[in-house]
Amino acid sequence: MTRKNRPLSPHLQIYRPQLTSLMSIAHRITGIFLAVGTLGIVYWLGAAAYGPDAYQRAHGVFASWIGTLGLFLWSVALFYHLSNGLRHLMWDLGHGFEREAVYKSGYAVLGATAVLTVLAWGIGCTI
Amino acid sequence: MRSELGRVRGLGAAREGVGHWWRQRVTAAALVPLMVWFVGMVISLKGADHETVRAFFKAPGHATAMVLVVGVALYHALLGVRVVIEDYVHHETGKLVGLVLVQMMTVLLVLFAVVAVLAIAYGG
Repeated sequence: MTRKNRPLSPHLQIYRPQLTSLMSIAHRITGIFLAVGTLGIVYWLGAAAYGPDAYQRAHGVFASWIGTLGLFLWSVALFYHLSNGLRHLMWDLGHGFEREAVYKSGYAVLGATAVLTVLAWGIGCTI
Repeated sequence: MRSELGRVRGLGAAREGVGHWWRQRVTAAALVPLMVWFVGMVISLKGADHETVRAFFKAPGHATAMVLVVGVALYHALLGVRVVIEDYVHHETGKLVGLVLVQMMTVLLVLFAVVAVLAIAYGG
């Protein structure tokens, strides 16, 4: 069978990045990051179960600058994945597929991520 | 030739119909209130010492919520990571090994988290 040079659909390297496509891949990347981060939750629980010394060590890890940075990035990923996940559930219910609506909900997700992150860290740093 | 019923019973290429898709949505919806609770918990336990954490998890409601957070989050993560492996790992053996390892790790982590929460709350 001879293969003719048929036109191929444009793939990633030729596709112009758009808000919609970038937010789609960001949903997946934040999901992976959150999954890896749950190891941190299990580590924290395990440390608390092993006793005061292990707990203090875990506390030191999370309170260090790299631990705090990890917590911050994890929280951003969480709020993004949560907001964008609600956007996905809205789509699953059959709403918001028009071009304008997709962009509007996209910007709403980015806004919600910023607001929730500032709110959580604002409350966390004041109490 | 396959009848409509046969096609339905076969449940498609993944042999599970919409099962994966549906479980991903249900766990996602459940995680909305669970993660709100979790963020509140992390903030309220900021800088807490070991005794405070123990006292916190002595409340059965807190221990239950924590187990639910870890269990549902890890199950939701498993469903997501599975799709990522299926999408990007093209070597058949590698794909199979990856999928089995991720499932085993999820069981291990959930089990450990449950035991840990119980040990914090009720351990000596």
